[in-house]
Amino acid sequence: MSESNCCAETPACCWYTAAKEVQTVSTTLTTSDMLGAWKVRWGFGRMEYMVEPGLYAIGSPDGNAPVLVSANYKLTFDVLRQSLSGMDCWLLILDTDGVNVWCAAGKGTFGTEELVSRMTQTGLAEVVTHRQLILPQLGAPGIASHEVAKRTGFNVIFGPVRARDIKGFITAGYQATREMRMVEFTFWDRLVLVPMEFVPAMQITMPILGALLLSNQFAARPFDKVDITAYTGAVVTGSVLTPLLLPYIPGKAFSLKGWLLGLGWVVSLLTLSRRFAKGNLLRSAGQVLLFPALSAYLAMNFTGSSTYTSPSGVKKEMERSLPLICTASILGGIMLLVSHLFGRSKKQ
Amino acid sequence: MTLTYLKDVVTLSFSPSKCIGCGLCTMVCPHGVFAMKEKEVQIVNRDACMECGACALNCPAKAIEVDAGVGCAAAIITGWITGGEPSCDCAGPQKKSRCC
Repeated sequence: MSESNCCAETPACCWYTAAKEVQTVSTTLTTSDMLGAWKVRWGFGRMEYMVEPGLYAIGSPDGNAPVLVSANYKLTFDVLRQSLSGMDCWLLILDTDGVNVWCAAGKGTFGTEELVSRMTQTGLAEVVTHRQLILPQLGAPGIASHEVAKRTGFNVIFGPVRARDIKGFITAGYQATREMRMVEFTFWDRLVLVPMEFVPAMQITMPILGALLLSNQFAARPFDKVDITAYTGAVVTGSVLTPLLLPYIPGKAFSLKGWLLGLGWVVSLLTLSRRFAKGNLLRSAGQVLLFPALSAYLAMNFTGSSTYTSPSGVKKEMERSLPLICTASILGGIMLLVSHLFGRSKKQ
Repeated sequence: MTLTYLKDVVTLSFSPSKCIGCGLCTMVCPHGVFAMKEKEVQIVNRDACMECGACALNCPAKAIEVDAGVGCAAAIITGWITGGEPSCDCAGPQKKSRCC
């Protein structure tokens, strides 16, 4: 991450005699940075992926160089420094416990208090001669700019949402275009989030599958490949396909979107496998009730990762859909178990 | 393709009489809910509001109120179970959270 103890090789921070060591960081990522990013996207060591809070230098900043504020999630830190190649500036990294700017601002850890105390701790007022901070726009839910100005004398400028727009923002004289201020939720944005939906869902699915296969030993009518496929397919539909296809599925509520896709999946599979024939009806009806409800529930959990759902909206969605999801799951589950344990097998 | 969520649910309220027209809310809002029209702020896309609270916190005139929080089903369920506020810390405040 860091080049080295900066004072040994870059004069940049040596003129700064406030005696606190400032590290100069590179604007290019190493293979291990990229591997680290990939790992946390899949949930490995995600809550411990952080850098030391404090002041860092990019290039050879002096007392007039801009100060950019960010969070100590290493993924955030890496995206930010990568977008600053060729620039001379200061990075003030707040302690957000390794959480990204937006979520940390929502929790208040990327907040006015932490900013003010980190400024004092790093002696920022002696490092720079100007009195201006550039904050990421998504830090605004945690940082009251007028409070910061009152307490530190520093003027807060909210920069663009995305790090890749920072250079454009600075060259335009600290002006952000409308696009720079808007949060999106592109296919790519959703794709990088999907592993964190899929992995936890599978962590629950695998033991259940194992238990079901074990129960086949004493079942009157064991679960077969179609049943297993229907189940795992419903998990994938809710946790992977619904997030990816989000804008293209009818409805506004995530659970409705997930349910529609799950219903499409189960009905198609059962139709193709000729499971709506006599003798299979109880099991198939159980699956049509249970599996789309499961997809709906998993899809609803994606509200937490989305960039546009309000808590009031999610509450309303849940009040409407959770009773339906629960009823359908319980009924469907009972029908499946009855068919599993007591149903007559056609083949015998 | 623009994604929009449920209509007429958000708790956002704006008092034009208190507004001093600084326009900061139009800058911090990530969904273009506010716009400046002839030196006055107006709500132009209320249903796009996600109740993040950035506007209210940064309004020096306290002209905006919103019941801010996290729009996350898992967080709300955790809030129901523990009887507390919905929180991003899925695993509870003591343990490290898995979301966000």
